[in-house]
Amino acid sequence: MDMTETKSALSSVSADDARDRGGKAQPMLIARGLQKHFPITGGILNRTVARIRAVDGVSFTVMKGETLGVVGESGCGKSTLARLLMHLIPPDSGELIFDGEAVAAKDGLEVRDMRRLMQMVFQDSYSSLNPRMPVEDSIAYGQIVHGASNEAAKQAARALMEKVGLDPNLFGPRYPHELSGGQKQRINIARALVLEPRVVILDEAVSALDKSVEAQVLNLLRYLKDVFNLTYVFISHDLNVVQYVSDRVLVMYLGEVVEIGPVDKIYANPKHPYTAALLASRLSMNPDDRVNEPPLIGDPPNPINPPSGCRFRTRCEFAEKICEIETPALPQDVGPMGHACACHMFVAKSGHSKSIMHTAEDVTPSSPAESPS
Amino acid sequence: MTTETKTPLVSVRDLNVKFVSREATVNAVNDVSLTVQHGEVLCIIGESGSGKSVSMRALMRLLPERRAVISGKLAVDGQDVLALKGKELAAFRGGEAAMIFQEPMTALDPVYTVGHQIAETVRRHTGCSFEEGLARALELLELVKVPSAKRRLNAFPHELSGGLRQRAMIALALSCRPKLLLADEPTTALDATVQIQVLILMRKLQQELGMGMIFVTHDLGVAAEIADRVAVMYAGRIVETGTVQEVLTDPKHPYTKGMLSSTVHGNMRGQDIEAIPGSPPDLRALPTGCSFGPRCAFADSHCLEQLPPEVMLGNDRLARCFKVDAAPAAADAGSVPA
Repeated sequence: MDMTETKSALSSVSADDARDRGGKAQPMLIARGLQKHFPITGGILNRTVARIRAVDGVSFTVMKGETLGVVGESGCGKSTLARLLMHLIPPDSGELIFDGEAVAAKDGLEVRDMRRLMQMVFQDSYSSLNPRMPVEDSIAYGQIVHGASNEAAKQAARALMEKVGLDPNLFGPRYPHELSGGQKQRINIARALVLEPRVVILDEAVSALDKSVEAQVLNLLRYLKDVFNLTYVFISHDLNVVQYVSDRVLVMYLGEVVEIGPVDKIYANPKHPYTAALLASRLSMNPDDRVNEPPLIGDPPNPINPPSGCRFRTRCEFAEKICEIETPALPQDVGPMGHACACHMFVAKSGHSKSIMHTAEDVTPSSPAESPS
Repeated sequence: MTTETKTPLVSVRDLNVKFVSREATVNAVNDVSLTVQHGEVLCIIGESGSGKSVSMRALMRLLPERRAVISGKLAVDGQDVLALKGKELAAFRGGEAAMIFQEPMTALDPVYTVGHQIAETVRRHTGCSFEEGLARALELLELVKVPSAKRRLNAFPHELSGGLRQRAMIALALSCRPKLLLADEPTTALDATVQIQVLILMRKLQQELGMGMIFVTHDLGVAAEIADRVAVMYAGRIVETGTVQEVLTDPKHPYTKGMLSSTVHGNMRGQDIEAIPGSPPDLRALPTGCSFGPRCAFADSHCLEQLPPEVMLGNDRLARCFKVDAAPAAADAGSVPA
């Protein structure tokens, strides 16, 4: 890509993107068995005494132009996953394929080039901006690093500020502390877009914003996705927001994917008991519709010593002997748009008493979607 | 409710809080009036900077005395809070009224065990021995449904998970049987599955112990779950009050309507959210008229010039808006998901 040609950052991109390396059907991103364990050191010799299994064998695909929502509770590895995708932390094992090319592999896509094509927006809009730099310089910085002239980069930055709804003459020379939370997050989004990325990873990008501002930013993200033909990986703990933005949803629990599938199927007919409980924990806006029994008891276990077998079994009302012995695997044969769930109840002859006899799509045994009452 | 209701548990009249510094004066709370009856849960809803936490802290006298200028009348159970001094104030905090904060990790003392902190509080307020305090602490941890409470008594705050830490915080707040519990976004930092557990627990405890509670939140769903009455704050003023049903299903103030319509829910996929344009005003220089005027779709020149009065719409139901009657009748309320 010719980075000095800044005009293209401002023109909208058609769905047939000339930047495609693989074909149209080639997934934008394939993650295979991504794993990251953080060591905990201790003792006099500073030996590794334990490992936090932050991300433990995560595989998924992101198709071109879609939004993949990632949900889960704190400590389930959502943010570590985002950082692994960006190679901000190198994975222990597993591979990442970006538009047909393996990232950081021999003869593959270099990390530096991958980062130009994939950008990230963080949760904390203040700490992710340089406090000593006017925000327009922060936006322009990426292009300068990647070889554009100061003049061209600044021009692109100002044009992008307009695209995210901020007047460059008014806000460009300001410093981050002079902007409100929503405005700072708009600057972060503009900065992520200045290198014309294909994929933007939004790690809790709207979680710290007030509701009325959150709605504005979500509208903006929808608009930018169409204009720049973007693919989003949208990480959030807010189930309503994820349902609003996502085409497909990936549910994580303690470093593992427990369920993945199209948003309507997951929300209307969750298979995994954890997904069902998570959905039942959403608060209703109607005061006559109060929940009186919590759908789940207890907190998520510590990822240092996750339970054996199925990691959810300690909180699962359907847990049986088999769940303790054997780890349920996430079926990989459902195709990129399929609905898969890692639970023994959905594996034929798994040994679970509620196990289905054949894997018909969307068969829900005794409907775990209903909150137990 | 009993005959005690003659004097309300909390009575706040024309509360004003200003933070004065050399550069500017921040008008954090402006003419706020509230009443909470015994055994009632009032939810204060507002975005960051709307003055909801500052009002709570004023009620507990937790604001820095030299910086914050408080005026108005604050009474808890007939007692003038602003007149309290020294020992009276110390007895009031934690005794009559207790507070739960958003971040239990910073609110609890990291160098003492949970049991020690609760026992200390009990001893300080009731004058019992430390051992008796510990026994009460165990009782309290069981009350807030901490599993294996006896073991957790000797745990330090960092050894507990977020949900347990918040439960320990609640136990600490309840240790001296307060009449009033102030909760400042106690579930915001918790996960969804834990948040619902804590909310249900707090509602049950509030009903069992018959406390009055003021619950501050920015989440309308939390208010729907726990509140009896709701007060909506914007830029340091209360813009609407009413029962939770009234406010959430039939909002009258344009800001409340905007909050409801901009709250994301799934069945809006593929269409734009009706966001409120702009951002809240600078509290250092509030607009002369309605503080929501610059963002309001119904505002005219009158709204921008003059502060709208509190329009009474019924018993304990008011909205601070000129256009209460003119604005179209709650078209957004129908879209609230069941």
